[in-house]
Formats: sequence, structure tokens, C-alpha cells
Amino acid sequence: MSDTPLVSLASRETALPAAVRLLARRHRPRWYEALPWLCGIAGYFLFPDYLSLGAQVFIAILFALATDLILGYAGVITLGQAAFFGAGAYVCGILSAHGWTEPLSLLVIAGVGAAIVGLLSGFVVLRTSGLTQLMLTLIVAVMLEEAANKATGLTGGANGLQGMVIAPILGVFEFDLFGRVAYVYCLALLFVGWLVIRTIVHSPFGRTLTGIRESEARMHAIGSPVFRRRLTAYVISAAVSGVAGALLAQTTQLVALDTLSFDRSGGVVIMLIVGGLGRLYGAFIGVPIYMILQDRFAQADPANWYFWIGLFLLLIVLFARGGILGLIERGARLAQRKNLNRQDAKTPR
Amino acid sequence: MAEIVSATISIAFHGAAFAMVLYLISVGLSVTMGLMGFVNLAHGVFAAAGGYIMTTLFNNYGVPFPVAVAIAAVAVGVASIVLERGLYRRFYGGDELDQVLMTIALVFMSIAAAKYIWGSEQAPMHPPPYLAGHVAIAGREFPTYRVFVIAAGAVLVTLLWLGLDRTRLGAKIRAAVDNRRMAQSVGINTSGLFSFTFALGTGLAALGGALGAEILPIYPSYSLENLIYFLIVVSVGGLGTIRGPFFAALLLGVADTAFKYLLPDFGSFFIYALTMVILLLRPRGLFGQIGRA
Repeated sequence: MSDTPLVSLASRETALPAAVRLLARRHRPRWYEALPWLCGIAGYFLFPDYLSLGAQVFIAILFALATDLILGYAGVITLGQAAFFGAGAYVCGILSAHGWTEPLSLLVIAGVGAAIVGLLSGFVVLRTSGLTQLMLTLIVAVMLEEAANKATGLTGGANGLQGMVIAPILGVFEFDLFGRVAYVYCLALLFVGWLVIRTIVHSPFGRTLTGIRESEARMHAIGSPVFRRRLTAYVISAAVSGVAGALLAQTTQLVALDTLSFDRSGGVVIMLIVGGLGRLYGAFIGVPIYMILQDRFAQADPANWYFWIGLFLLLIVLFARGGILGLIERGARLAQRKNLNRQDAKTPR
Repeated sequence: MAEIVSATISIAFHGAAFAMVLYLISVGLSVTMGLMGFVNLAHGVFAAAGGYIMTTLFNNYGVPFPVAVAIAAVAVGVASIVLERGLYRRFYGGDELDQVLMTIALVFMSIAAAKYIWGSEQAPMHPPPYLAGHVAIAGREFPTYRVFVIAAGAVLVTLLWLGLDRTRLGAKIRAAVDNRRMAQSVGINTSGLFSFTFALGTGLAALGGALGAEILPIYPSYSLENLIYFLIVVSVGGLGTIRGPFFAALLLGVADTAFKYLLPDFGSFFIYALTMVILLLRPRGLFGQIGRA
């Protein structure tokens, strides 16, 4: 034990590059990370009738990625993420109904608008913990929902905001009836959003967030500004959620109250849980499964859909914590162990 | 002037009736949160169950109103013990997110089940003849049923507070809320205490749901739609206290009635804003003692 400091002193020269190398290794792309994008591109050619649904799935994945940052990485339990999604959607919708029609700049403005909501609400929400915090995330969303519901002059209230006009993207690609442009547009923006979130979670900042999730007290003890780190993550997550909301507004040319609803806030959390929380790729697995099932079953019978989603959620919490990715990880570890055992058996001792 | 006085009295009266219902439903949530540290978003399910059982017995089977209310409360309390032993217990001291997800799953399933059994219509609630109509108090007319709700609520609150302050069981519960491990080590059976407190809390919620069916109508997504109200009462009141939520419920009931009466165009907006401001100034609630770091 006593020689540990000596060793670390001696290896200080090499320690820093080692840390840098570790970080660089985390950022290095892996083969399986190409899979979602290959699927996305293949989907365009394989399912030409479902491109609109595909675009919605990409938007939901982007929203789920943003939620994963705050829920899975920073460990803030939120049931009000729709506040930011809806804020982005309404900012984009209201501006475009009043003549600002350029889509890319609208996305930026919507992201900034949602980030402001995130900053203001995060300041209250993140000061609390546990049940109170949960309630506050919820209340921010219902407060905005109530505001959007009552300010009918601005938002169209319960009828939804209509009269949106969106100019062609980059002045060239106009949204078409089959959703081809929307599909590619959303896929491209999802890619950008994923790059941003991926860079963040692998960065030292992202590691701090994980540290805070695991033990707030220890992060305090090593001098990490816990509140500020969390607030930063909260604002980034809000901004990306807002962009996702604006994307939905642009591709459907409509903003309804349900962009702010509990169904959306709760739904995104459930999708993440199904896929696997805090794993970056949970969103890519959970969202398509949930949305395709919902598209198949929920329209026909919404009451029973609630029952099955509840039961499914219960089973996941009881038996499959970590969602589908968690199961895959467990399976891989099991296979690895078996492999090792076999090798052990073969090699003579 | 007379109009202002009359409006004030009316707001205070209806607000108080609403507050009693809110308090009866929410107090159990505060105690389970303080005692077991359990984030129970499914608490409203028990209130809804109480309301459904009471209206079914009262409307369809002609069971006298007080008996129907009592059966509803006891049935829900007893049934919740099964749920507590079988399901909730697995999550004590565990991850908060798991508790949230588990209870949301229960809420979803209960909504679907309620729709399946009772349909998506609101459960009809007409007070029995002797509680219908109006009663004159100090020269003013008040709906009899709401006077009854306030009176019944006041009696129950007094009993609850006395019980917790003056009985041995109450002392044990207070000890366990203050420091569970210490309570355990001086020989208090905290496991049994949890079950009992949980059943008491859900029974009270069922009672609140049943008595309040005329004020907070019972329908399938009751537990989800009103969740925010129960959470406000508990958070603003302070977790783990039983007096805090009472004053929070009173504040919420009266303020909600006042805002909806005076500023109907803003709906519930100001209630939410007020809650944010209170929790910004006092993150642990107005009377909170237990802070979960």
C-alpha cells in the first residue's frame, strides 16, 4: 500500500497520455455503430409506403437521445421532457405561421427557445430531489400545456396550431406527400444530433454526469460543481428535445397540444427503458419497437394498449433491468464466460 | 361589498371541501414517502378504486352510503397489503427510477382495467337524499353534501392526528419515519409497520376517493389526471409529515378554487406557477423535515 504514491509519481509522465488515450479510445467509432444508419438508409428503399412513419420514428429517437442524456447519464428522473419538445414545436410553429419559413434557422431558434425553458425550469427543478423533483418536471410540462391550451390566439389551443408554411430545405427540397424529403431530412438531423450527444457522453463532461448519477456526494467531495454540471446537461437536453419538436412541427405542418402531454413525456421514458437506459443506443432499439407496436395496436384498441404497455413495463422493471440492450449485454457476457470455460477445459493445467 | 364577502365565503367553503378530499387522499402518500422512501405514483389508483367500489355498491346494489364508503376503504386497504407484500416490497430502498416505472405501470394497467370494468364514462355520484339539497348556516345556503365532506374530513383528520400523537402505534410510526434503522434496532417491527401504514394510507385514499366522488369525479384516468394535485400537496407540505400536507391541501384547495373562479381564462396555470415559486424558495416544502439528498 505504502508504495502506491511512489508508483503513481513515477508514472505521472505516462499517466496523462494514458488518460488522453482512454478518452480517445472511447470516442473511436465501432462497427456496430454503423448499424442504425445502414438500417435507416435501407428503410428508405425497402419501405417506401412507411416513410412518414419512419420520419416520426427518427424524431422520436432524437427526442429519446436527448432524454437519455438527462435521465440515463445525469440520473435526473424526468416526467416532463415533453415541455422542451413542445416548446420547440410551438416556437417553430408560431414563427412559421407568422412568415418565418426557412426550416434550418427555425430548428436553431426552436432549440434556443427550448434551451431557455430548460435553463429557467432547471434552476428550480435541479435544486430539489426525489419525489419533489419528479413533481416539478411534471409541473413544468403541464404548466406549458395549460398555457398553450389557454392562449388560443397564439397557439390555436385545443384545435392545434394551423397555417404553418415551411419553405423548401436549403431552398431546394420541398416536403412531399410521400414523406421522402421528410425521411431523409429527419435521418440527417438525427445523425447530427447523435454525433453531438455521443461526443458529450464520451467527453470528460459526460463522465462527470455519470459520476453525479452514481454518487452525488462523492462528486461534491472531489470538487465537481454538481449543480452547474447538471444544469448544463439539462439545458443541452432541452435544446436537442426542442429541435426534435421543431422537426415534428415542420414535417407534419401542425402543432397540437399533445406535443406537451404526459403521454409524450412518459412515452419517451418508457421507450428508453425498453431499449436500455444510459446506453446511447437504447433509443435506437426501444423507440422503433414501441412506435411500430403502437402503430399496429394502439389505434385499434387504445384501452388495451395501455394495459399491455403497463404489463410490459412491469416485467422489464422486475426481470430485465437495462432493457433489451441490457439483455444483449448479459447474453454476450454469458457466451464469453462459456467460451472461456471451454478454453479452460481444453488447455491442460 | 356584499358581493365580495359572498364570493370570499363561497371560495373558502368550496376550497375547504376540495382540500379535505385532497388531504385524505394525499396524506398516505406523504407517510409512505417518508417511511419507506418510496416514490408511489400509483397512489391515486387506490383513491379511484375506493370511488369505484363505493359508487358501484351504492348505485347498483343499494348499499347504504356510509356502509358503502366504509367497505370501499377497508377493501382497498386490505387489498393493498397484498400488493405491498407482493410487489412494492421488492423495490424498497432500491432505485427511484424503478419505483417510478413500476408504479406508472400500475397506473396504466389500472386505467385499462377501469375502462374494461366500468366503461370510459364518469361513475355517477348522487348523494343520498339526506345529504342532498342545501342547508342554511348563518343565513347562507350551502350544499349539504359538501358541508358533510368538510365535517367528516375534520373528524378524520383529528382522529388521525390524535392517533399518531397519542397512541403507541403512532409513536412507533413517528420513530420509524425519523430514523428507520434506529427504530429497527430498538425492536420495532418495521416490516409489519410498513404494511400497516401502507394499508392505512391507501384506505384513507380510498375513503377520500369515495367521499370526494362528487367533487373529484371518478373516471378511468383519474389516477393520472389528478396525480399532479396529490404530488403538489405532498411536495409543498413536505415529505414525511402529516400536518404539512394538511396546510398544503388547504392552500391548494382554496387557491385552486379562487383562481378558477376569479381568473377562469388561465385555468390551472397559476396553481402550477405558485407551486414552482414555493418550491424555489423552500425546496423541501413548507413543513418538510426529511430531505432526501
